[in-house]
Amino acid sequence: MTNIVDVRELTKRYDNGFEALKSVDLSIKQGEIIALLGPNGAGKTTLISTICGITQATSGSVTIGGHDNLTDFRAARNLVGLVPQEINLEPFEKVMNTVKFSRGLFGKAPDPAYLEKILRSLSLWDKKDDRIMMLSGGMKRRVLIAKALSHEPRVLFLDEPTAGVDVELRKDMWDVVAKLKEDGVTIILTTHYIEEAEAIADRIGVIAKGEILLVEDKDHLMKRMGKKSLKIELIEPVSAVPDALSKYGLRLEEGHLVYTYDTSLDRTGITSLLADLQTAGLQMSDLQTQQSSLEEIFVSLVAEQEGAA
Amino acid sequence: MNFQAIRSIYIFEMARFFRTLMQSFISPVISTSLYFVVFGTAIGSRIQEVEGIGYGAFIVPGLIMLSVMTQATSNASFGIYFPKFIGTIYELLSAPVSFWEITVGYVGAAATKAMFVGLVILGTSFLFVDITIQHPIAMLAFLTLTCLSFSLLGFIIGIWAGNFEQLQLIPLLIITPLVFLGGSFYSVAMLPPVWQSITMFNPVVYLISGFRWSFFGAADVPIALSLFAIGLFTALCVGVIGWIFKTGWRIRQ
Repeated sequence: MTNIVDVRELTKRYDNGFEALKSVDLSIKQGEIIALLGPNGAGKTTLISTICGITQATSGSVTIGGHDNLTDFRAARNLVGLVPQEINLEPFEKVMNTVKFSRGLFGKAPDPAYLEKILRSLSLWDKKDDRIMMLSGGMKRRVLIAKALSHEPRVLFLDEPTAGVDVELRKDMWDVVAKLKEDGVTIILTTHYIEEAEAIADRIGVIAKGEILLVEDKDHLMKRMGKKSLKIELIEPVSAVPDALSKYGLRLEEGHLVYTYDTSLDRTGITSLLADLQTAGLQMSDLQTQQSSLEEIFVSLVAEQEGAA
Repeated sequence: MNFQAIRSIYIFEMARFFRTLMQSFISPVISTSLYFVVFGTAIGSRIQEVEGIGYGAFIVPGLIMLSVMTQATSNASFGIYFPKFIGTIYELLSAPVSFWEITVGYVGAAATKAMFVGLVILGTSFLFVDITIQHPIAMLAFLTLTCLSFSLLGFIIGIWAGNFEQLQLIPLLIITPLVFLGGSFYSVAMLPPVWQSITMFNPVVYLISGFRWSFFGAADVPIALSLFAIGLFTALCVGVIGWIFKTGWRIRQ
Protein backbone atom coordinates (compact mmCIF):
# COMPACT_ATOMS: atom_id res chain seq x y z
CA MET A 1 0.00 0.00 0.00
CA THR A 2 1.48 3.40 -0.97
CA ASN A 3 1.73 6.33 1.40
CA ILE A 4 -0.60 9.22 0.70
CA VAL A 5 0.72 11.44 3.50
CA ASP A 6 4.37 11.61 4.52
CA VAL A 7 5.50 13.69 7.45
CA ARG A 8 9.24 13.99 7.96
CA GLU A 9 11.01 15.46 10.99
CA LEU A 10 8.19 17.91 11.55
CA THR A 11 8.89 20.36 14.33
CA LYS A 12 6.71 23.16 15.58
CA ARG A 13 8.16 25.57 18.10
CA TYR A 14 6.13 28.57 19.20
CA ASP A 15 7.59 32.01 19.90
CA ASN A 16 7.47 31.35 23.65
CA GLY A 17 9.77 28.35 23.13
CA PHE A 18 7.10 25.69 23.61
CA GLU A 19 7.76 22.76 21.31
CA ALA A 20 4.39 21.36 20.26
CA LEU A 21 5.86 18.88 17.76
CA LYS A 22 9.27 17.30 18.16
CA SER A 23 10.66 15.98 14.90
CA VAL A 24 7.58 13.94 14.09
CA ASP A 25 7.75 11.23 11.41
CA LEU A 26 4.50 9.75 10.22
CA SER A 27 3.45 7.86 7.09
CA ILE A 28 -0.20 7.37 6.30
CA LYS A 29 -1.18 4.66 3.88
CA GLN A 30 -3.67 5.24 1.12
CA GLY A 31 -7.16 4.06 2.02
CA GLU A 32 -6.55 3.39 5.71
CA ILE A 33 -8.16 4.77 8.82
CA ILE A 34 -5.53 5.84 11.31
CA ALA A 35 -6.48 7.03 14.78
CA LEU A 36 -4.17 9.38 16.63
CA LEU A 37 -4.58 9.03 20.36
CA GLY A 38 -3.10 11.30 22.91
CA PRO A 39 -3.89 13.23 26.07
CA ASN A 40 -4.84 16.91 25.98
CA GLY A 41 -1.99 19.06 24.71
CA ALA A 42 -0.21 16.07 23.17
CA GLY A 43 0.11 17.83 19.80
CA LYS A 44 -2.65 16.06 17.85
CA THR A 45 -4.35 19.22 16.61
CA THR A 46 -1.03 20.96 15.95
CA LEU A 47 0.05 18.01 13.83
CA ILE A 48 -3.16 18.09 11.79
CA SER A 49 -3.08 21.89 11.49
CA THR A 50 0.49 21.80 10.25
CA ILE A 51 -0.20 19.08 7.70
CA CYS A 52 -3.21 21.04 6.43
CA GLY A 53 -1.28 24.33 6.19
CA ILE A 54 -3.05 26.22 8.97
CA THR A 55 0.03 26.31 11.18
CA GLN A 56 3.54 27.03 9.91
CA ALA A 57 6.08 24.35 10.72
CA THR A 58 9.38 25.41 12.25
CA SER A 59 11.17 22.69 10.29
CA GLY A 60 10.50 19.43 8.51
CA SER A 61 8.34 18.56 5.54
CA VAL A 62 4.89 17.29 4.64
CA THR A 63 3.90 15.72 1.35
CA ILE A 64 0.35 14.80 0.41
CA GLY A 65 -0.11 12.56 -2.60
CA GLY A 66 3.55 13.26 -3.41
CA HIS A 67 3.02 17.04 -3.39
CA ASP A 68 4.90 19.22 -0.92
CA ASN A 69 2.37 21.17 1.15
CA LEU A 70 4.38 24.40 0.83
CA THR A 71 5.98 24.44 -2.61
CA ASP A 72 3.08 22.65 -4.33
CA PHE A 73 0.35 23.69 -1.93
CA ARG A 74 -2.50 23.77 -4.45
CA ALA A 75 -2.09 20.15 -5.53
CA ALA A 76 -1.46 19.03 -1.94
CA ARG A 77 -4.42 20.84 -0.39
CA ASN A 78 -6.77 19.82 -3.19
CA LEU A 79 -6.57 16.28 -1.83
CA VAL A 80 -7.37 17.21 1.75
CA GLY A 81 -10.57 17.79 3.70
CA LEU A 82 -10.51 18.93 7.31
CA VAL A 83 -13.14 18.66 10.02
CA PRO A 84 -11.91 20.87 12.87
CA GLN A 85 -12.31 20.15 16.54
CA GLU A 86 -14.28 23.31 17.28
CA ILE A 87 -17.64 23.96 15.66
CA ASN A 88 -16.48 26.85 13.49
CA LEU A 89 -19.38 27.92 11.31
CA GLU A 90 -20.89 31.22 10.26
CA PRO A 91 -24.12 31.27 12.31
CA PHE A 92 -26.23 33.39 9.93
CA GLU A 93 -25.45 31.42 6.79
CA LYS A 94 -27.64 28.68 5.34
CA VAL A 95 -26.40 25.09 5.32
CA MET A 96 -26.38 24.75 1.53
CA ASN A 97 -24.62 28.08 1.02
CA THR A 98 -21.84 27.28 3.44
CA VAL A 99 -21.25 23.90 1.79
CA LYS A 100 -21.24 25.52 -1.66
CA PHE A 101 -18.71 28.05 -0.37
CA SER A 102 -16.37 25.28 0.78
CA ARG A 103 -16.55 23.53 -2.60
CA GLY A 104 -15.84 26.80 -4.39
CA LEU A 105 -12.78 27.51 -2.23
CA PHE A 106 -11.23 24.34 -3.57
CA GLY A 107 -11.73 25.53 -7.12
CA LYS A 108 -14.47 23.04 -7.92
CA ALA A 109 -17.33 24.02 -10.20
CA PRO A 110 -20.82 23.88 -8.64
CA ASP A 111 -22.25 20.36 -8.55
CA PRO A 112 -25.71 20.41 -6.95
CA ALA A 113 -26.20 16.65 -7.42
CA TYR A 114 -23.00 15.81 -5.54
CA LEU A 115 -23.79 18.22 -2.71
CA GLU A 116 -27.28 16.74 -2.45
CA LYS A 117 -25.73 13.28 -2.15
CA ILE A 118 -23.46 14.43 0.69
CA LEU A 119 -26.21 16.24 2.54
CA ARG A 120 -28.53 13.25 2.22
CA SER A 121 -25.84 10.86 3.46
CA LEU A 122 -25.41 13.06 6.53
CA SER A 123 -29.18 13.45 7.07
CA LEU A 124 -28.88 17.18 6.37
CA TRP A 125 -30.91 17.45 3.18
CA ASP A 126 -34.08 18.63 4.90
CA LYS A 127 -31.99 21.25 6.75
CA LYS A 128 -30.29 22.64 3.65
CA ASP A 129 -32.13 25.96 3.81
CA ASP A 130 -31.87 26.35 7.58
CA ARG A 131 -29.50 28.87 9.06
CA ILE A 132 -26.60 27.30 10.95
CA MET A 133 -27.62 28.93 14.23
CA MET A 134 -30.92 27.01 14.12
CA LEU A 135 -29.16 23.63 14.15
CA SER A 136 -28.33 21.41 17.11
CA GLY A 137 -24.69 20.77 18.06
CA GLY A 138 -24.75 17.35 16.41
CA MET A 139 -26.19 18.77 13.20
CA LYS A 140 -23.55 21.50 13.13
CA ARG A 141 -20.88 18.83 13.39
CA ARG A 142 -22.44 17.08 10.40
CA VAL A 143 -22.32 20.38 8.50
CA LEU A 144 -18.58 20.54 9.20
CA ILE A 145 -18.21 17.06 7.71
CA ALA A 146 -20.32 18.03 4.70
CA LYS A 147 -18.10 21.07 4.14
CA ALA A 148 -14.97 18.95 4.38
CA LEU A 149 -16.36 16.46 1.87
CA SER A 150 -17.78 19.05 -0.51
CA HIS A 151 -14.72 19.05 -2.78
CA GLU A 152 -14.36 15.25 -2.93
CA PRO A 153 -11.11 14.96 -0.92
CA ARG A 154 -8.96 11.83 -0.99
CA VAL A 155 -7.66 12.42 2.54
CA LEU A 156 -9.94 13.44 5.37
CA PHE A 157 -8.72 14.74 8.71
CA LEU A 158 -11.23 14.42 11.50
CA ASP A 159 -10.11 16.27 14.60
CA GLU A 160 -12.17 14.79 17.41
CA PRO A 161 -15.31 14.61 15.28
CA THR A 162 -17.46 13.01 17.93
CA ALA A 163 -16.44 15.14 20.91
CA GLY A 164 -19.57 16.05 22.82
CA VAL A 165 -22.04 14.24 20.60
CA ASP A 166 -24.47 11.62 21.82
CA VAL A 167 -23.90 7.90 21.42
CA GLU A 168 -26.37 7.52 18.56
CA LEU A 169 -24.77 10.29 16.51
CA ARG A 170 -21.33 8.89 17.27
CA LYS A 171 -22.36 5.54 15.84
CA ASP A 172 -23.83 7.34 12.79
CA MET A 173 -20.50 9.08 12.27
CA TRP A 174 -18.68 5.77 12.45
CA ASP A 175 -20.98 4.52 9.70
CA VAL A 176 -20.16 7.61 7.62
CA VAL A 177 -16.44 7.02 8.15
CA ALA A 178 -16.80 3.36 7.19
CA LYS A 179 -18.63 4.38 4.00
CA LEU A 180 -15.91 6.90 3.14
CA LYS A 181 -13.29 4.23 3.60
CA GLU A 182 -15.23 2.01 1.21
CA ASP A 183 -15.05 4.87 -1.30
CA GLY A 184 -11.26 4.89 -0.95
CA VAL A 185 -10.90 7.97 1.25
CA THR A 186 -7.97 7.91 3.66
CA ILE A 187 -9.01 9.00 7.13
CA ILE A 188 -6.90 10.43 9.89
CA LEU A 189 -8.82 10.68 13.10
CA THR A 190 -7.89 12.16 16.43
CA THR A 191 -9.99 11.15 19.33
CA HIS A 192 -10.22 10.98 23.08
CA TYR A 193 -12.59 8.05 22.83
CA ILE A 194 -10.49 4.93 22.81
CA GLU A 195 -13.53 2.84 21.92
CA GLU A 196 -13.84 4.94 18.76
CA ALA A 197 -10.31 4.07 17.69
CA GLU A 198 -10.88 0.47 18.68
CA ALA A 199 -14.08 0.33 16.64
CA ILE A 200 -13.05 1.94 13.37
CA ALA A 201 -9.28 2.36 13.01
CA ASP A 202 -6.93 0.14 11.03
CA ARG A 203 -3.86 1.59 12.68
CA ILE A 204 -3.25 3.42 15.92
CA GLY A 205 -0.79 6.22 16.51
CA VAL A 206 -0.07 7.35 20.03
CA ILE A 207 1.22 10.88 20.51
CA ALA A 208 2.27 12.53 23.75
CA LYS A 209 4.22 15.72 24.44
CA GLY A 210 4.72 16.33 20.73
CA GLU A 211 6.26 12.95 20.01
CA ILE A 212 4.84 9.95 18.23
CA LEU A 213 5.28 7.08 20.66
CA LEU A 214 4.17 4.40 18.25
CA VAL A 215 2.19 3.76 15.10
CA GLU A 216 1.03 0.23 14.73
CA ASP A 217 -1.64 -1.97 13.26
CA LYS A 218 -4.48 -1.97 15.77
CA ASP A 219 -4.82 -5.75 15.98
CA HIS A 220 -1.06 -6.24 16.27
CA LEU A 221 -0.87 -3.60 18.95
CA MET A 222 -3.61 -5.16 20.98
CA LYS A 223 -2.06 -8.56 20.58
CA ARG A 224 1.44 -7.33 21.36
CA MET A 225 0.67 -5.16 24.31
CA GLY A 226 -2.60 -6.64 25.42
CA LYS A 227 -2.42 -8.76 28.52
CA LYS A 228 -4.94 -11.51 28.93
CA SER A 229 -6.23 -12.82 32.17
CA LEU A 230 -7.75 -16.21 32.92
CA LYS A 231 -10.20 -16.37 35.77
CA ILE A 232 -10.49 -19.83 37.27
CA GLU A 233 -13.66 -20.27 39.25
CA LEU A 234 -13.42 -23.06 41.79
CA ILE A 235 -16.18 -25.33 43.08
CA GLU A 236 -14.83 -24.72 46.56
CA PRO A 237 -13.30 -21.19 46.84
CA VAL A 238 -9.95 -20.98 48.62
CA SER A 239 -8.68 -18.43 51.15
CA ALA A 240 -5.08 -18.41 49.88
CA VAL A 241 -3.17 -19.38 46.76
CA PRO A 242 -1.80 -22.90 47.31
CA ASP A 243 2.02 -23.07 47.60
CA ALA A 244 2.17 -25.53 44.71
CA LEU A 245 0.82 -22.83 42.39
CA SER A 246 2.94 -19.94 43.65
CA LYS A 247 5.20 -19.98 40.55
CA TYR A 248 2.27 -18.77 38.40
CA GLY A 249 1.85 -15.46 40.26
CA LEU A 250 -1.88 -16.03 40.71
CA ARG A 251 -4.16 -13.42 42.19
CA LEU A 252 -6.97 -14.25 44.53
CA GLU A 253 -10.33 -12.74 43.70
CA GLU A 254 -13.27 -13.61 45.96
CA GLY A 255 -11.87 -17.08 46.59
CA HIS A 256 -11.19 -17.74 42.90
CA LEU A 257 -7.87 -17.63 41.05
CA VAL A 258 -6.81 -15.15 38.34
CA TYR A 259 -3.86 -15.88 36.06
CA THR A 260 -2.39 -13.05 33.90
CA TYR A 261 -0.37 -14.05 30.86
CA ASP A 262 1.29 -12.50 27.85
CA THR A 263 -0.39 -13.35 24.54
CA SER A 264 2.76 -12.63 22.53
CA LEU A 265 4.66 -15.53 24.13
CA ASP A 266 4.81 -18.95 22.50
CA ARG A 267 4.02 -20.64 25.79
CA THR A 268 1.44 -18.98 27.96
CA GLY A 269 1.70 -21.54 30.76
CA ILE A 270 -2.03 -22.27 30.75
CA THR A 271 -1.68 -26.00 30.09
CA SER A 272 0.76 -26.57 32.92
CA LEU A 273 -1.32 -24.38 35.25
CA LEU A 274 -4.42 -26.47 34.59
CA ALA A 275 -2.42 -29.67 35.16
CA ASP A 276 -1.00 -28.32 38.44
CA LEU A 277 -4.47 -27.27 39.57
CA GLN A 278 -5.60 -30.88 39.20
CA THR A 279 -2.51 -32.10 41.08
CA ALA A 280 -3.28 -29.64 43.88
CA GLY A 281 -6.76 -31.16 44.13
CA LEU A 282 -8.64 -28.03 43.09
CA GLN A 283 -11.78 -28.51 41.01
CA MET A 284 -12.87 -25.88 38.47
CA SER A 285 -16.48 -24.82 37.92
CA ASP A 286 -15.79 -22.29 35.14
CA LEU A 287 -13.08 -20.52 33.13
CA GLN A 288 -13.21 -16.93 31.80
CA THR A 289 -10.68 -14.99 29.75
CA GLN A 290 -10.47 -11.20 29.48
CA GLN A 291 -8.23 -9.03 27.25
CA SER A 292 -6.97 -5.56 28.19
CA SER A 293 -8.59 -2.79 26.21
CA LEU A 294 -6.90 -0.25 23.97
CA GLU A 295 -7.53 2.28 26.69
CA GLU A 296 -5.42 0.32 29.16
CA ILE A 297 -2.67 -0.02 26.52
CA PHE A 298 -2.81 3.69 25.80
CA VAL A 299 -2.67 4.64 29.47
CA SER A 300 0.30 2.35 30.06
CA LEU A 301 2.17 3.77 27.03
CA VAL A 302 1.67 7.36 28.10
CA ALA A 303 2.58 6.48 31.69
CA GLU A 304 5.77 4.82 30.43
CA GLN A 305 6.70 7.97 28.49
CA GLU A 306 5.99 10.20 31.46
CA GLY A 307 8.08 7.89 33.64
CA ALA A 308 10.95 8.10 31.17
CA ALA A 309 10.80 11.90 30.96
CA MET B 1 -5.24 31.15 -10.42
CA ASN B 2 -8.20 29.79 -8.46
CA PHE B 3 -10.96 31.96 -9.96
CA GLN B 4 -13.63 29.71 -8.51
CA ALA B 5 -12.34 30.45 -5.01
CA ILE B 6 -12.30 34.21 -5.64
CA ARG B 7 -15.86 33.97 -6.93
CA SER B 8 -16.94 31.94 -3.90
CA ILE B 9 -15.43 34.40 -1.41
CA TYR B 10 -16.96 37.32 -3.31
CA ILE B 11 -20.43 35.76 -3.48
CA PHE B 12 -20.28 34.68 0.18
CA GLU B 13 -19.34 38.20 1.28
CA MET B 14 -21.96 39.83 -0.94
CA ALA B 15 -24.59 37.49 0.54
CA ARG B 16 -23.86 39.05 3.92
CA PHE B 17 -24.50 42.45 2.32
CA PHE B 18 -27.75 41.35 0.71
CA ARG B 19 -28.99 39.92 4.02
CA THR B 20 -29.01 43.49 5.32
CA LEU B 21 -29.80 45.21 2.03
CA MET B 22 -32.45 47.54 3.41
CA GLN B 23 -30.10 48.62 6.17
CA SER B 24 -27.31 49.07 3.61
CA PHE B 25 -29.61 51.15 1.41
CA ILE B 26 -31.62 53.17 3.91
CA SER B 27 -28.74 54.13 6.19
CA PRO B 28 -26.77 56.15 3.58
CA VAL B 29 -29.98 57.70 2.22
CA ILE B 30 -30.98 58.97 5.67
CA SER B 31 -27.50 60.16 6.64
CA THR B 32 -27.05 61.94 3.29
CA SER B 33 -30.43 63.62 3.67
CA LEU B 34 -29.45 64.77 7.15
CA TYR B 35 -26.16 66.18 5.88
CA PHE B 36 -28.06 68.13 3.22
CA VAL B 37 -30.52 69.43 5.78
CA VAL B 38 -27.77 70.51 8.20
CA PHE B 39 -24.94 71.57 5.88
CA GLY B 40 -26.85 72.32 2.72
CA THR B 41 -29.86 74.15 4.07
CA ALA B 42 -28.97 75.47 7.54
CA ILE B 43 -25.32 76.34 6.96
CA GLY B 44 -25.26 76.38 3.18
CA SER B 45 -27.82 79.17 3.03
CA ARG B 46 -25.22 81.41 4.71
CA ILE B 47 -22.45 80.32 2.35
CA GLN B 48 -23.40 81.50 -1.10
CA GLU B 49 -20.89 79.81 -3.39
CA VAL B 50 -17.53 78.01 -3.11
CA GLU B 51 -15.32 78.46 -6.15
CA GLY B 52 -18.39 79.37 -8.14
CA ILE B 53 -20.32 76.26 -7.06
CA GLY B 54 -23.41 76.28 -4.86
CA TYR B 55 -22.52 74.98 -1.37
CA GLY B 56 -25.11 72.18 -1.51
CA ALA B 57 -23.56 70.79 -4.70
CA PHE B 58 -20.01 71.49 -3.48
CA ILE B 59 -20.31 69.09 -0.55
CA VAL B 60 -21.64 66.17 -2.66
CA PRO B 61 -18.20 64.71 -3.60
CA GLY B 62 -17.02 65.09 0.00
CA LEU B 63 -20.14 63.39 1.32
CA ILE B 64 -19.68 60.49 -1.07
CA MET B 65 -16.00 60.18 -0.17
CA LEU B 66 -16.76 60.29 3.56
CA SER B 67 -19.17 57.37 3.31
CA VAL B 68 -17.19 55.41 0.72
CA MET B 69 -13.96 55.54 2.71
CA THR B 70 -15.56 54.53 6.00
CA GLN B 71 -17.75 51.86 4.36
CA ALA B 72 -14.90 50.35 2.36
CA THR B 73 -12.68 50.23 5.43
CA SER B 74 -15.28 48.79 7.78
CA ASN B 75 -16.63 46.24 5.25
CA ALA B 76 -13.20 44.87 4.39
CA SER B 77 -11.95 44.84 7.97
CA PHE B 78 -15.08 43.07 9.20
CA GLY B 79 -15.01 40.67 6.23
CA ILE B 80 -11.63 39.18 7.15
CA TYR B 81 -11.85 39.74 10.92
CA PHE B 82 -15.14 37.83 11.32
CA PRO B 83 -13.73 34.48 10.05
CA LYS B 84 -10.81 34.99 12.44
CA PHE B 85 -13.20 35.74 15.30
CA ILE B 86 -15.53 32.76 14.75
CA GLY B 87 -12.74 30.41 13.67
CA THR B 88 -13.84 29.77 10.07
CA ILE B 89 -10.48 31.15 8.88
CA TYR B 90 -9.20 27.55 9.07
CA GLU B 91 -11.09 26.89 5.87
CA LEU B 92 -9.33 29.66 3.95
CA LEU B 93 -5.93 28.62 5.27
CA SER B 94 -6.35 24.95 4.39
CA ALA B 95 -7.83 25.54 0.93
CA PRO B 96 -5.74 25.65 -2.27
CA VAL B 97 -6.03 29.43 -2.38
CA SER B 98 -3.21 31.93 -2.48
CA PHE B 99 -3.30 34.94 -0.18
CA TRP B 100 -3.70 37.22 -3.18
CA GLU B 101 -6.81 35.32 -4.23
CA ILE B 102 -8.19 35.69 -0.70
CA THR B 103 -7.45 39.42 -0.85
CA VAL B 104 -9.10 39.87 -4.24
CA GLY B 105 -12.24 38.09 -3.01
CA TYR B 106 -12.62 40.07 0.22
CA VAL B 107 -11.42 43.42 -1.08
CA GLY B 108 -13.50 43.05 -4.25
CA ALA B 109 -16.66 42.45 -2.21
CA ALA B 110 -15.92 45.30 0.22
CA ALA B 111 -15.21 47.68 -2.65
CA THR B 112 -18.45 46.68 -4.39
CA LYS B 113 -20.46 47.37 -1.25
CA ALA B 114 -18.76 50.76 -0.78
CA MET B 115 -19.37 51.58 -4.45
CA PHE B 116 -23.04 50.77 -4.01
CA VAL B 117 -23.27 53.11 -1.02
CA GLY B 118 -21.43 55.82 -2.96
CA LEU B 119 -23.86 55.55 -5.87
CA VAL B 120 -26.86 55.58 -3.52
CA ILE B 121 -25.57 58.80 -1.96
CA LEU B 122 -25.03 60.29 -5.40
CA GLY B 123 -28.57 59.30 -6.37
CA THR B 124 -29.94 60.83 -3.15
CA SER B 125 -27.99 64.04 -3.81
CA PHE B 126 -29.83 64.53 -7.08
CA LEU B 127 -33.01 64.87 -5.02
CA PHE B 128 -31.57 67.85 -3.13
CA VAL B 129 -29.24 69.69 -5.49
CA ASP B 130 -28.72 70.21 -9.18
CA ILE B 131 -25.41 68.62 -10.14
CA THR B 132 -23.74 68.08 -13.48
CA ILE B 133 -20.83 65.67 -13.53
CA GLN B 134 -18.26 67.13 -15.92
CA HIS B 135 -16.00 64.05 -16.11
CA PRO B 136 -18.22 61.01 -15.42
CA ILE B 137 -15.59 58.42 -16.41
CA ALA B 138 -12.97 60.07 -14.21
CA MET B 139 -15.58 60.23 -11.43
CA LEU B 140 -16.21 56.49 -11.69
CA ALA B 141 -12.46 55.80 -11.88
CA PHE B 142 -11.77 57.87 -8.74
CA LEU B 143 -14.68 56.25 -6.94
CA THR B 144 -13.46 52.76 -7.88
CA LEU B 145 -9.87 53.49 -6.89
CA THR B 146 -10.94 54.95 -3.57
CA CYS B 147 -13.20 51.97 -2.86
CA LEU B 148 -10.38 49.57 -3.69
CA SER B 149 -7.61 51.35 -1.81
CA PHE B 150 -9.63 51.85 1.36
CA SER B 151 -10.85 48.26 1.17
CA LEU B 152 -7.19 47.22 1.09
CA LEU B 153 -6.60 49.37 4.16
CA GLY B 154 -9.62 47.80 5.85
CA PHE B 155 -8.31 44.34 5.00
CA ILE B 156 -5.03 45.17 6.76
CA ILE B 157 -6.93 46.48 9.78
CA GLY B 158 -9.04 43.29 9.87
CA ILE B 159 -5.92 41.11 9.90
CA TRP B 160 -4.24 43.27 12.54
CA ALA B 161 -7.25 43.59 14.86
CA GLY B 162 -7.32 41.27 17.84
CA ASN B 163 -10.78 42.33 19.02
CA PHE B 164 -13.79 44.37 17.94
CA GLU B 165 -12.50 47.44 19.74
CA GLN B 166 -9.32 47.47 17.66
CA LEU B 167 -11.45 46.90 14.56
CA GLN B 168 -13.20 50.22 15.21
CA LEU B 169 -10.14 52.09 16.43
CA ILE B 170 -8.48 53.17 13.18
CA PRO B 171 -11.68 54.02 11.25
CA LEU B 172 -12.98 56.02 14.19
CA LEU B 173 -9.82 57.76 15.37
CA ILE B 174 -7.93 58.22 12.13
CA ILE B 175 -10.01 57.85 8.99
CA THR B 176 -13.10 59.84 10.02
CA PRO B 177 -11.08 62.84 11.33
CA LEU B 178 -8.84 62.79 8.24
CA VAL B 179 -11.89 62.79 5.95
CA PHE B 180 -13.60 65.59 7.89
CA LEU B 181 -10.39 67.63 7.88
CA GLY B 182 -9.60 66.72 4.30
CA GLY B 183 -11.92 69.23 2.68
CA SER B 184 -15.13 67.20 2.58
CA PHE B 185 -17.24 70.21 3.45
CA TYR B 186 -14.95 73.09 2.52
CA SER B 187 -12.32 74.13 0.05
CA VAL B 188 -8.73 74.08 1.29
CA ALA B 189 -8.45 77.61 -0.14
CA MET B 190 -10.92 78.78 2.55
CA LEU B 191 -8.40 77.97 5.32
CA PRO B 192 -5.76 80.38 6.68
CA PRO B 193 -2.34 79.91 4.93
CA VAL B 194 -0.79 77.99 7.88
CA TRP B 195 -3.65 75.48 7.97
CA GLN B 196 -3.54 75.18 4.20
CA SER B 197 0.07 73.99 4.51
CA ILE B 198 -0.75 71.59 7.37
CA THR B 199 -3.75 70.20 5.50
CA MET B 200 -1.49 69.20 2.62
CA PHE B 201 -0.05 66.46 4.87
CA ASN B 202 -3.49 64.87 4.99
CA PRO B 203 -3.57 62.27 2.18
CA VAL B 204 -7.35 62.38 2.02
CA VAL B 205 -7.19 65.97 0.71
CA TYR B 206 -5.77 64.67 -2.57
CA LEU B 207 -8.50 62.06 -2.97
CA ILE B 208 -11.37 64.42 -2.26
CA SER B 209 -9.84 67.10 -4.42
CA GLY B 210 -9.46 64.74 -7.36
CA PHE B 211 -12.97 63.41 -6.93
CA ARG B 212 -14.36 66.95 -6.73
CA TRP B 213 -12.48 67.83 -9.93
CA SER B 214 -14.34 65.02 -11.74
CA PHE B 215 -17.61 66.74 -10.76
CA PHE B 216 -16.84 70.42 -11.24
CA GLY B 217 -13.54 70.61 -13.12
CA ALA B 218 -12.02 72.56 -10.22
CA ALA B 219 -9.71 71.19 -7.53
CA ASP B 220 -7.56 72.22 -4.55
CA VAL B 221 -4.56 70.30 -5.92
CA PRO B 222 -3.58 69.32 -9.47
CA ILE B 223 -5.39 66.22 -10.72
CA ALA B 224 -2.10 64.44 -11.51
CA LEU B 225 -1.05 64.86 -7.88
CA SER B 226 -4.38 63.38 -6.75
CA LEU B 227 -3.86 60.38 -9.01
CA PHE B 228 -0.31 59.96 -7.76
CA ALA B 229 -1.51 60.12 -4.14
CA ILE B 230 -4.17 57.47 -4.59
CA GLY B 231 -1.76 55.29 -6.58
CA LEU B 232 0.86 55.62 -3.84
CA PHE B 233 -1.66 54.80 -1.13
CA THR B 234 -2.86 51.72 -3.04
CA ALA B 235 0.72 50.56 -3.63
CA LEU B 236 1.51 51.01 0.05
CA CYS B 237 -1.47 48.91 1.09
CA VAL B 238 -0.61 46.20 -1.46
CA GLY B 239 2.97 46.17 -0.15
CA VAL B 240 1.83 45.76 3.45
CA ILE B 241 -0.54 42.94 2.47
CA GLY B 242 2.27 41.26 0.54
CA TRP B 243 4.46 41.37 3.64
CA ILE B 244 1.63 40.05 5.84
CA PHE B 245 1.07 37.12 3.54
CA LYS B 246 4.75 36.37 3.21
CA THR B 247 5.27 36.24 6.95
CA GLY B 248 1.83 34.92 7.95
CA TRP B 249 1.65 37.77 10.49
CA ARG B 250 -1.53 37.48 12.59
CA ILE B 251 -2.87 34.81 10.25
CA ARG B 252 -0.90 31.61 10.58
CA GLN B 253 0.43 30.50 13.95
